[in-house]
Amino acid sequence: MQTEKKTVNQFEPKVIAFVCNWCTYTGADLAGTSRIKYQPNVKLIKLPCTGRIDPVFIIKAFEKGADGVLVSGCHPGDCHYNAGNYHARRRWIMFRKMLETMGIDSNRLHFSWVSASEGKKFTEVVNDLINKVRAAGPFKSYEKINKEYVIND
Amino acid sequence: MKVGVFICHCGENIGRTVDCPKVAEAAGKLPGVVHSVDYKYMCSDPGQNLIKQAIKEKELDAVVVGSCSPHMHEKTFRKAVEGAGINPFLCEIANIREHCSWVHENKDEGTDKSIDLIRYAVEKVKRNEPLTTIRVPITKRAMVIGGGISGIQASLDIANAGYEVVLVEKEPSIGGHMSQLSETFPTLDCSQCILTPRMVEVYQHPKIKLMSFSEVEKVEGFIGNFKVTVRKKARFVDDEKCTGCGDCIQNCPIKKKALSEFDENLTTRTAIYVPFPQAVPNIPVIDSEICTYFKNGKCSMCVKVCGRGAIDFEQKDKLIEEEVGAIIVATGFKLYSIEKKPEDSPIKGYGEYGYGKYKDVIDGLQFERIASASGPTEGEFLRPSDNTVPKKIVFIQCVGSRDEAKGFSYCSKICCMYTAKHAMLYKHKVHDGEAYVFYMDIRAGGKMYEEFVRRAIEEDDVKYIRGRVSKIYEENGKYMVKGEDTIAGVPVTIDADMVVLATAMIPQPESKKLAQTIGIPYDSYGFFNEVHPKLRPVESSTGGVFLAGACQSPRDIPESVSMASAAASKALVLFGSDFLEREPIVAKVNENICAGCFYCKKVCPYNAIEIKEIPSKNGKPVRVVAYVNEGLCQGCGTCNATCPSKSVELTGYTDAQIFAEISAI
Amino acid sequence: MKIGYYPGCSLTGTAKEYDKSVRKTAEVLGIELIEIDDWNCCGATSAHITSHRLALSLSARNLLLASKQGLKEILAPCAACYSRLSLSAEELIKKPDAKKEIEELLGEEILEIPKIINLVQLYQRVGAEKMIEKKGTGNAKLKTACYYGCLLVRPSGLNSFDDSEEPQSMEKIVTICGAEPIDWNYKTECCGAAHSIARKDIVVDLSHKILTDAKTRKADIVITACPMCHTNLDMRQKDIKKKFDKHEKIPVLYLSEFVGLSMGLTKEELGIDLHFVPFESKTV
Repeated sequence: MQTEKKTVNQFEPKVIAFVCNWCTYTGADLAGTSRIKYQPNVKLIKLPCTGRIDPVFIIKAFEKGADGVLVSGCHPGDCHYNAGNYHARRRWIMFRKMLETMGIDSNRLHFSWVSASEGKKFTEVVNDLINKVRAAGPFKSYEKINKEYVIND
Repeated sequence: MKVGVFICHCGENIGRTVDCPKVAEAAGKLPGVVHSVDYKYMCSDPGQNLIKQAIKEKELDAVVVGSCSPHMHEKTFRKAVEGAGINPFLCEIANIREHCSWVHENKDEGTDKSIDLIRYAVEKVKRNEPLTTIRVPITKRAMVIGGGISGIQASLDIANAGYEVVLVEKEPSIGGHMSQLSETFPTLDCSQCILTPRMVEVYQHPKIKLMSFSEVEKVEGFIGNFKVTVRKKARFVDDEKCTGCGDCIQNCPIKKKALSEFDENLTTRTAIYVPFPQAVPNIPVIDSEICTYFKNGKCSMCVKVCGRGAIDFEQKDKLIEEEVGAIIVATGFKLYSIEKKPEDSPIKGYGEYGYGKYKDVIDGLQFERIASASGPTEGEFLRPSDNTVPKKIVFIQCVGSRDEAKGFSYCSKICCMYTAKHAMLYKHKVHDGEAYVFYMDIRAGGKMYEEFVRRAIEEDDVKYIRGRVSKIYEENGKYMVKGEDTIAGVPVTIDADMVVLATAMIPQPESKKLAQTIGIPYDSYGFFNEVHPKLRPVESSTGGVFLAGACQSPRDIPESVSMASAAASKALVLFGSDFLEREPIVAKVNENICAGCFYCKKVCPYNAIEIKEIPSKNGKPVRVVAYVNEGLCQGCGTCNATCPSKSVELTGYTDAQIFAEISAI
Repeated sequence: MKIGYYPGCSLTGTAKEYDKSVRKTAEVLGIELIEIDDWNCCGATSAHITSHRLALSLSARNLLLASKQGLKEILAPCAACYSRLSLSAEELIKKPDAKKEIEELLGEEILEIPKIINLVQLYQRVGAEKMIEKKGTGNAKLKTACYYGCLLVRPSGLNSFDDSEEPQSMEKIVTICGAEPIDWNYKTECCGAAHSIARKDIVVDLSHKILTDAKTRKADIVITACPMCHTNLDMRQKDIKKKFDKHEKIPVLYLSEFVGLSMGLTKEELGIDLHFVPFESKTV
């Protein structure tokens, strides 16, 4: 498998995945039913559609301690809601340009299409991102913000 | 808020890689959690009772179940919770099987991750609101797109059950490809003889509204409540007045300018025409591309001879709106014409076979027309080039199918059977003729199918050669078919008089566009996708849209008919209830903070956002805000992400809920 | 435009005129050909049927030399060289293990594997405009049979520049040159290839079929982009005539000679005077 034998103090990244209910969440289910192993560092947050993903979610995830974020939905043309993923894509293109200004390395973020039948692809996308983020090290830029401003939701 | 957590072992499925008691213990310490247990099978009756009991005893307000995917048992647990008196939407599922135990091997890691997933769910459920299921009325009327055998079958089934059907066909007549066929395998019964009574039944059925020469232009709405705009193309003949006498056709002076679509370009047709004599409806169409009147206004012979004054050169396309509750897509297939490559197709084509260059190299449908009693040769086997009887015919299977290098990788499924049928029909009429078939494998799965192919080989002496053909060229008036006999291991050249290519079945050229119009997924070839290949083969992933026949993948007649009846029964199941229950995951507007920018309206894929006027005390409108039509909203949440003031929120997935999940990291 | 040049053995011997005409047309079209220094055999025929490793390493050495010379693209006018070099390049790219092994043999790492193109691709690249602009009196209306042979467009996956069963790229060039390509049946059939010397009988039979079909379809000339095909189709016509009495001789030109003629170069400049079957152009 993809994980090497872990050393005790090796950094283990936290990756949050914002996924749509119809394609990627189901694709991850398929990875499960097919028993395709991947690294446990990812946690999925299910949304009805990638169109629901507000860029603020991504920033919030980094603020709250995520080291990497995955956004994944249906392939273009396959959106359960016809066009949600197109809106997500447009937003993403704009958002990517803002990332550096905010001090977030774009390597920590990945946007992909994973359909309900692409269980294998899901695991590849996830492993890939986790490995990248592990190499990039912990995300610390927002630690100070969290300490100085206590934000209650 | 008091939350109860229930961890399922799923037998060994979760328990093997997740320490369930440890997860339950950790969950018990989470803020808000007052009760936390684990159990072998939470979805079983005793498991569900465990939840119900705990709700009552511990007075729980919300429940988190750590189990399999919500796609599996969310409904089960919500129902259980409801049974104990809690709103079902105050139950959240943490997917610790598909997303955890099945994909991770290390038990510590699996346990830790499960605890994390439970924490997310607990944080979310604390912010859940009680919701009520939305009930939407159903329009008990169906639309069938495509009037081939699948569409005809589906229409008749639904209409005979007592519901109205709108049947939309893009050609001037219904009947589809089946009406072009000569005999059908494996029984060799005449195709038109079994089809035409069905076509007439459709036409006369009081519950079926037939819209021929029409195309679907726009589809709005959702399951139970579709609004479909159909373009009724101008025929230039008034279908109310026309009696189908055919005088106009006989007197039309333009006789040779257009090739007959029905006869697969083997004959010509007039400018005003019906595709074939048994057409339904039997109302002609004027081809304005070749009609002299449309060119220079000089001819109006048809007007002169029409006793009913049915010719109307001024007729325009009409847009007609139909409200239906279910849509059955049955648009069928097309044969891949190897003369030219289909556009935006990866296929390389078979120029080396000379189709289009040599008149006697034809495809399967053209052969059907030649073999058909209603065809250009009235069923006599004559070559298109010189009207002589071919003494040697070579049939080539898998032209474009099962060929990754030059064609499509799928099997077209029907060619093995119809090639055997073609060879047999030929041998029955031309006794001294020779028939050769080049094949890759014989795929004859089906009742009496294999026996049929054996009959062609054994009784009718059709010579089967296993191998591919590399090229066809003309030499001394013969078509030299160069191929390989892979069983004997030798190259073979056959000097044929005629060659029939079993070309691949491909989707209709407009299939992708139609799929986008309706909103159903399709595969890379353009065939429509079913939800589940085994258990839900006739349903598209869009609720209320069903599939029938060869638009979903290559199919023969019996399969298409079964699929059509299955799709019809799915529509009838829908019509069995008066209301549709929907998850209440819809957008809601906080009118107090909505500034009325209507960005949400721009991005909404369902036109569910309306403009609402807020009146002042004296009744005069002071400002406008967004208003969500719950019947139309499907709950994608795009408006929510777009709204600059966050005044529109998606229930079940509010910002507060998602932030809580994120913060639980 | 600069491009690497790999003549191969034929173009320095039996196909001298091919070399001459390729260089000449390139010059007129403003292409600078840079010959690979110290090139060696491409590994065709005897090498690749004896040892795959030998064939691969022979080609690999040429690729290595080219890459050291900074050449990104190499023109290989001989169809066999083109086939060997591009198959080897593909193998080196797709199989890192094989590449490592060969590099150990060569004692050096191949840093960048150059792309191999044939003459048809080069003329396609130069583009119609440039060819029309350079067009001289040409061979107008000459009925031309474009012969691809077995190697130029095969195997189908590798040479994506044209269809492997029904190629059309030479026809397009011929049309640009003002001549008339004919539709015929034997454009991708085998000419007998390397049997040229050892089994003359096979070559005579196969080449006869090819030329007869061209003649039947009223071709004035046959053009080819392969020295082996040219040898068989041109040199063996004498033997064909001996065996098949009815055979009428038909001139066989290289694609480069044909293009050269249409650009106004003379037969001598292009080496057409070296052929066995003399070519008398209608207009030149």
